[in-house]
Amino acid sequence: MVIVLFATLILTIALLGPTMDKILTDAIKYYAVEEVNQKDLKFANAAERQRYIDAQVSRQIQTIGLDEPWYAPKRFANTVLKVMVLDLGRSNYLTSESGSPKVQDIILEKMPKTVLLFTTSTLIVTVIGLYLGAFVGNRSGSVWDRLNSTFAVFSTSFPTWWVGMLMIFAFAFTYHIFPSQARPLTPPSDPSYALDLLYHMLLPLITIVLVGFGAWAYTVRYFVIGILGEDYIAAKRAAGVRESRIVYSHALKNAAPPIVTVVALSLAGSLSGAITIEAVFGWPGMGSLYYQAIGFLDIPIIIGITYVLTVIFVLTVFVTDLIYAYFDPRVKVG
Amino acid sequence: MTVSAVVSRSDIVSKFRRSKSGLAGIGLVLALLLMTIYATAAVPLESSRQWNNPNFWIDFPKAAAPAWTNIGFGPKVSEHIVLRTDDAIISTSSEGGVKTVVHSYSLNFNYDTYPNDFMLIYSARYGSTQPVLQIDVLRPDGKEFRIYFASLPPSQQGDNEFSARVFSADRLISDNLRDYEGEFSYPQKSSSPQVMLFADTKENKVLKGKYVIRQSFYLFDPGDSVIDSGVILGGKVYGIIGTDELRRDLSVGILWGAPVALFIGLTVAIAGVIIGLVYGVIAGYKGKRTDEGLMRINDIFYSLPTLPLLIILSVTIGRSIFLITGFLVIFGWVGMAKISRSIALQLKNMPYVEAAKLMGQSDLKIIFRHIIPQLLPLTFASIAISVPSAILGEATLSFLGLSDPTIPTWGQILHDANTAGAASRGLWWWIVPPGLMIALTGLAFVLIGTALDAIVNPRSKRR
Repeated sequence: MVIVLFATLILTIALLGPTMDKILTDAIKYYAVEEVNQKDLKFANAAERQRYIDAQVSRQIQTIGLDEPWYAPKRFANTVLKVMVLDLGRSNYLTSESGSPKVQDIILEKMPKTVLLFTTSTLIVTVIGLYLGAFVGNRSGSVWDRLNSTFAVFSTSFPTWWVGMLMIFAFAFTYHIFPSQARPLTPPSDPSYALDLLYHMLLPLITIVLVGFGAWAYTVRYFVIGILGEDYIAAKRAAGVRESRIVYSHALKNAAPPIVTVVALSLAGSLSGAITIEAVFGWPGMGSLYYQAIGFLDIPIIIGITYVLTVIFVLTVFVTDLIYAYFDPRVKVG
Repeated sequence: MTVSAVVSRSDIVSKFRRSKSGLAGIGLVLALLLMTIYATAAVPLESSRQWNNPNFWIDFPKAAAPAWTNIGFGPKVSEHIVLRTDDAIISTSSEGGVKTVVHSYSLNFNYDTYPNDFMLIYSARYGSTQPVLQIDVLRPDGKEFRIYFASLPPSQQGDNEFSARVFSADRLISDNLRDYEGEFSYPQKSSSPQVMLFADTKENKVLKGKYVIRQSFYLFDPGDSVIDSGVILGGKVYGIIGTDELRRDLSVGILWGAPVALFIGLTVAIAGVIIGLVYGVIAGYKGKRTDEGLMRINDIFYSLPTLPLLIILSVTIGRSIFLITGFLVIFGWVGMAKISRSIALQLKNMPYVEAAKLMGQSDLKIIFRHIIPQLLPLTFASIAISVPSAILGEATLSFLGLSDPTIPTWGQILHDANTAGAASRGLWWWIVPPGLMIALTGLAFVLIGTALDAIVNPRSKRR
C-alpha cells in the first residue's frame, strides 16, 4: 500500500512538475526585471540591459536548480520532500485573511471550515443512511424499499451543487429563512461567531445530507440484505431474538467492515465534492478557495490544494484498508 | 456465483421489455436524441459558436423570464419587441439643401409592466458633414417627448458607413427627459427613461396604447443616406426558457448542450469501459505476475482523487471538449477493469477455454474470441451505468469554469448563473433547465443501466 501512496505522489508530481517549473521560471524573470528597474542601473542600450537580465535569470535558475528538468533525481527528491512538509510556495494573488501569501498558511486557514462542514454532514448522512438502510433492507420489496430505491436513483443523478443552487433559490430568495451566502458576517473575534457560523452552515449541510443519504441507505441496504440471508441470522431468529435487535445490532455490526470502507472513502470523496458545494454557498473553506484560485488562475494555490486533497485521499484509502483488515481478519494486508 | 454467459440475447431483450424503468430510460434517451436532431436541424450552428460573444446576443432582452410565464391571470409583463427597417414608415423630404429622412415606428404597448430597457439602432453613410439624429416619442395621451438630439460622430476617412445603438441608459436621453419631469403629477425620475416614457402622467402606472417612435435624420450632403434603423424594447419575458444576464437565449444553450453531453457521456463511457474490459480480462486471464502488476496500476488509479486531478489537467493542458473527454477516460476505466478481471478469473477455468488452449490457440485469440464476447452484455450495462458519471464530471468541470469556451454546455450555463448570483436573485429559469437536463440525462442512463444490470450481472441477482 505504501507503494501505491508513493506511486500516486510521483504521478501527481509528474503531472504538475512542468507547470510548477514554468511558474518558478516566470517568477524569477519577473523579479529580475523588477530588480533592474528598482536599482536604476544604467545601460548603453536595450540589448545590453537584456543581456544583464538574462545573465541574472540564468544564475538564479542555476542556484535553485531549475536548469535541470523536474525529473532529475536530485530535484525530484527535493520536490517530494517539500510536498511532504507542505512547503507549497507563494500564491500569485490570493492571500489568507491575515494577509499571508504563503500557500501553506492560506490552506491551513481554510481547512478547518471544510473539515467542520464535511465531517458533520458525512456523520449525519452515515447515521441516517445506516438506520434507513437497515430499515428498508429488512423489508426489501416493500413500498418503503421501492421509495428509497427510487429516491436513491434520483438523488445520485442530481449534481449536488445544482441542488444547492435550488436550495438557495427556495430558502434564501423565495422564503428568507437562510442567508444566500454561507460566509458569516460577524468577525471571528465576536463571541456570537460560533452561532453565526452554525447558522450559515445549515443550508449547505441540509443540501449535502438531502442529496447524500438516499444513495447511502441504498448501499447499506445491499449489505444488510446479504447478511440477513446468512445462516446465523436464521439461528438468532430461531432462538427468539427480537427482530429489531437482529437487524440493528447483529446485521449492522456484521455489515460494518464494508460500510466502514465506504464511509471513509465517501468522506475523502466528499472533500473533492467540497469544491463545488462550497463554491455555490460561498462557504469559506478550501473549496471556495479552489474555486477562486481557478477564477484568478492562481496556479500555486491550485497545485497546493490538489496536493493536499490527493494526500488526504490517498491516506484515507490506505488507512481504510488497514481498518478493514482489523475488522475483517480474513483480509491480509499486502 | 455463476457466470453471466448463460443469458442469451433474445432473453435480455424480452426481459428488458418488461422492465418499466429500463423503458423509461430508453424514452428519455430518445427524447434527448430528438433534441439533438432538432438542435442540429433547426438552430443555426452559428448561434452556438457565438455563445460567448456578447455582441451576437445584443438584440435579445436581458435576464428575461420564459414567455409562457405571461400566460395566466396575473399582470401581463412586457414582451420583447424588435422592430427593424421593414416595419418602419419611411418618409423623405428635402428643404434648403437639408434632406430629412424619418423612420417612424408604431407599436402597441398593452402590458402591465414597463420594459426592461430599450435601444435604438441606426446606421448611416455620410461624408465630412455629420448628420443629426433626432428621436421623438409620441405617446398615446398625445404628448410628445423629444428624447435624443445629437449629431452623429465625425466620419474618419471620407465616405463611410457608421452604425451604432442608442441605449436607454444613454446620458443624453435622461438629460432630454428632465425637461418633461414637470408633466407628471408625481415624482418621476428621468434617470430611468424606460419607465418615464411609458408612464401615465396622473398616477404611477403604465400608459397603455399606441406609441410612435420617430427617428429623424437630418442629412446635409446629397450623397448621404440612412441605411438601417430599428427599435428594440427589452422585454421581461422571452422565448421558451428565457434569457440570461448576458442576453443569451437560454433555449439555444440548452438545446446545444444535449449533443455535447451525449457526446461526452457516450464517448467516455464506451472508451472507458472497453479499455477497462480488455485490461481486466488480460489481467485475469494471464494471472500471476501480469495480474499483480496490472492490478497494482489499477489500485493507483483507484486511489487518485478524480476531481482535483481533472482540474489540474484542464488548467495545465487545456480545456477543449476533446481534451476534457480524454481526461475523463483516464479515470473512467478503473471500475470496469476490476469487474471484468474477476469474471475473467472464473471464465478462464471453463472447459471450452481450456479446450481452446489445448488446441494451441494464442492467448490474444482466446481473450478476444472466447472470453470478451461472454462479457458483452455486462459491458453494455456498464457503459450505460458509467455515462452519468462522465456527464456529471464534465458538468462539474464546466461549473468550476473549466469548460470549452467555444460551445455552450449545461455546466457552463450553471457556472455563469452561479457567478451572476442567479439563485439569490430569483432567476430560476437560468438554473432549473440546465440542471434538470443534466439530471434527466444521467437518470436516463442510470435507468437503462440498472435495468440491464439486473438482467445480465450475476451479482445483482439476490435471494
